[in-house]
Amino acid sequence: MSEPLIHARGLTKTYGDFVAVDGIDFDVAKGESFGFLGPNGAGKSSTMRIIGATSVRTSGTLTILGKDPEVNGPQIRAHLGVVPQQDNLDVELTVSENIFIYGRYFGLSSSFINKKIPELLEFAQLEEKKDVKVQALSGGMKRRLTIARSLVSEPDILMLDEPTTGLDPQARHILWDRLFRLKEQGVTLLITTHYMDEAEQLCDRLIVMDKGKIMAENSPAQLIKDYSTKEVLEVRFGSDRNQEMVEVLRPLAERIEVLPDRILLYAEDGEQLLESIAAKGIHPNTSLVRRSSLEDVFLRLTGRTLVE
Amino acid sequence: MTTEAVQLSERRLGKFGDKYFAGRPQQVLLRNWISFKSSAWIAVVSGFLEPVLYLLSFGYGIGELVGSIATPGGEISYAAYIAPGLLATSAMNGAMLDSTWNVFFKLNESRLYNAMLATSLGPLDVALGEIAWALMRGGIYATAFTVIVAALGLVTTWWALLAIPAAIIVAFGFASFGMAITSYMKSHHQMNFFYIFLLPMFLFSGAFYPLTVFPGWGQAIIKALPLRQGIELVTRAMSGEFGIHILVNISYFMVMICVGLFFTTKRLNALFMK
Amino acid sequence: MSNSIRKVSSFGTLHVAEARIRNMAKWAFIILFAAVINPTLYLVSIGIGVGSLIDANNGVEGVSYLTFLAPALLASAAIQGSSDEVIFPTMAGFKWERTFFGMRSTPLTARQISLGIFLAAMVRTIVSVVIYWIVLYLFGALESDTAWLAMPAALFAGAAMAAVMLALAAKIEKEDFFFTIVGRFIMIPMFLFSGTFYPLSQMPVFLQFFGWISPLWHATELGRYLTYDYPLPGIQIFIHIAVLATMMLVGLFLSARVFDNRLEK
Repeated sequence: MSEPLIHARGLTKTYGDFVAVDGIDFDVAKGESFGFLGPNGAGKSSTMRIIGATSVRTSGTLTILGKDPEVNGPQIRAHLGVVPQQDNLDVELTVSENIFIYGRYFGLSSSFINKKIPELLEFAQLEEKKDVKVQALSGGMKRRLTIARSLVSEPDILMLDEPTTGLDPQARHILWDRLFRLKEQGVTLLITTHYMDEAEQLCDRLIVMDKGKIMAENSPAQLIKDYSTKEVLEVRFGSDRNQEMVEVLRPLAERIEVLPDRILLYAEDGEQLLESIAAKGIHPNTSLVRRSSLEDVFLRLTGRTLVE
Repeated sequence: MTTEAVQLSERRLGKFGDKYFAGRPQQVLLRNWISFKSSAWIAVVSGFLEPVLYLLSFGYGIGELVGSIATPGGEISYAAYIAPGLLATSAMNGAMLDSTWNVFFKLNESRLYNAMLATSLGPLDVALGEIAWALMRGGIYATAFTVIVAALGLVTTWWALLAIPAAIIVAFGFASFGMAITSYMKSHHQMNFFYIFLLPMFLFSGAFYPLTVFPGWGQAIIKALPLRQGIELVTRAMSGEFGIHILVNISYFMVMICVGLFFTTKRLNALFMK
Repeated sequence: MSNSIRKVSSFGTLHVAEARIRNMAKWAFIILFAAVINPTLYLVSIGIGVGSLIDANNGVEGVSYLTFLAPALLASAAIQGSSDEVIFPTMAGFKWERTFFGMRSTPLTARQISLGIFLAAMVRTIVSVVIYWIVLYLFGALESDTAWLAMPAALFAGAAMAAVMLALAAKIEKEDFFFTIVGRFIMIPMFLFSGTFYPLSQMPVFLQFFGWISPLWHATELGRYLTYDYPLPGIQIFIHIAVLATMMLVGLFLSARVFDNRLEK
């Protein structure tokens, strides 16, 4: 196997007494789509900034394309396309001016950039908006422009920090579609997210982070297999009765998790479990059988939900 | 895996400040020019109006009440007396506006600098580019003002053209200093700090009257202030009577420029490398 | 309609003003500090600095320059303070924070919101004017027994200007350069060309026109009449008052209309 594109060992970042990233190890291979899944404050964004050579690690080793970001910051940044969590488009400029000037920041020639602009506008589905000021764009359009802008330098690695946070479902699906295309073209994607559906959709492999540490690492399907049952039965008894039902239900399921508004019962066959509950004369107000997701993996690993 | 962007960045390796400086401050200038072309021109163009209005109102209105002023070079009209002070003041105001509010906005509100520094640009590129823009603007204002002063017959020598570079030096000093302080500010309420400082400096630096109205200790304090230094520099340049003292004024600004640039780069680096 | 709702609908203006004043109270220290420090700086610098040149020459109107300048600075401070205090909340209310739209979903009417903002600005202006006047008094810039009446005169100018700026700020939907334009094309020219620093009659006639439409000039004339024995015929006193009153009423009328248009649509 060839040398990994990104190689981290014991990567640590502290701010004063606060440990944001706590000695994590990971490797990312070329062409891979690699995810960091975890709740807000898990240390995902800090890790991304260190990789992006805009933050200095406290200890540990890190190489990106064989280079150390502490020594070769600008050279590493030239390989990266960065899509930050909060848009930082140039609000005083138009859509195409944004792409143009961003390319100029890399020192690219005008003729090179001008050739790329139509291609990037098409990719971002913003051809009709090219002369519109950024302020007038919707949230989804801004996101797509930020991604298009980051591609102007033809980066080897595209880093996306919470790419769909704050977008409506339709805008998210358009964005995911665009990211799939990049993946097909062989761009290495680095994605942080606290949405399990996003992680399942986009990532070949991911690490689950919590409080600066890695809790687990694998493909989404394998993580679910390792840390959860095939199906989950969600039942609600109303907020007063949930607690008293727990002890009655516990012997029936492989595992049980109690959330403020509902109880999750883990089993290989959810329908069958529901029937056996009914047979005992227990009738929840509502019940739902679904497949296990990364959300359940996270709950198992940390005892907490991803979105709180 | 060597795209054009990567090749360009590797060419800088081993050269001056390769971690902080990509050698491309002109791209930051270009960005400001694109933005200026499409929107900000009315704010920029009208900025030149303020000192002209002061010159007309004070120079001619108050001038009638004051009569002429005795200077080392002889009696001059009140309008001619205040012209260099107004030029230095407007150089200061323009530079401060560009390097404080505008920089604060790009740093904390629109996060434009975050975007710039996610590319292979370095903090020194950003600092130099922003300051160069402020200076070009200041230079154009200074030129326009000097032309008006000359057209009103308030200058007597071709040396007065030196007032333009003098005003640019003043603007440079304030721009780099202002940017350094702004980079340390966290909330826009703190930005009022500048105005607590700038207004008294404007009122007491003797743009409108000789410092001799103040007691000796007051004069000593005022002479240590940057605006007073700027007024002296522009006055000397405009009158063509430099003397050895002009070197003191110039050195004052050189120190201001270097200290300002040093802290701006240091702080931007810390902010974006935290 | 319940009792409390009826109360809101008749005292709505006061509720809006109260909300504004509570907000200002957070900045009370800065407002008071500026109210004291600003006049002091101007009086020492222009009054004494420039004054020393003028008094050494022939003086102006037979009084010290400080006395001549004092009522103009007082009115100018009132105008500046009241304008700021209507422009920023109006911009915030319509655009930045959209609080007016929230207020509008209560029983408050658009007209009450506009009047409430205006009223709160007047409260702040009263504070600034009183402090300014005390500083002027301590500097010995006020000569006549009627000098205390310069306070209502200055406040009147502040009210006239605030009413007009309220309408203007409400009318502007794109604020990009609004502050720059107001500062450079309205406030500074008014400050410089309203007979503030020297009699208006000293300016060329075509520039004097600027003074006639400036609330600062009208208030300054009244202020000079009240603070030292500046001769002003009765008819002129009437005209000054009439102009300021007209500006205020027209401004408030237009504000109510613009607020109505923007909040009811």
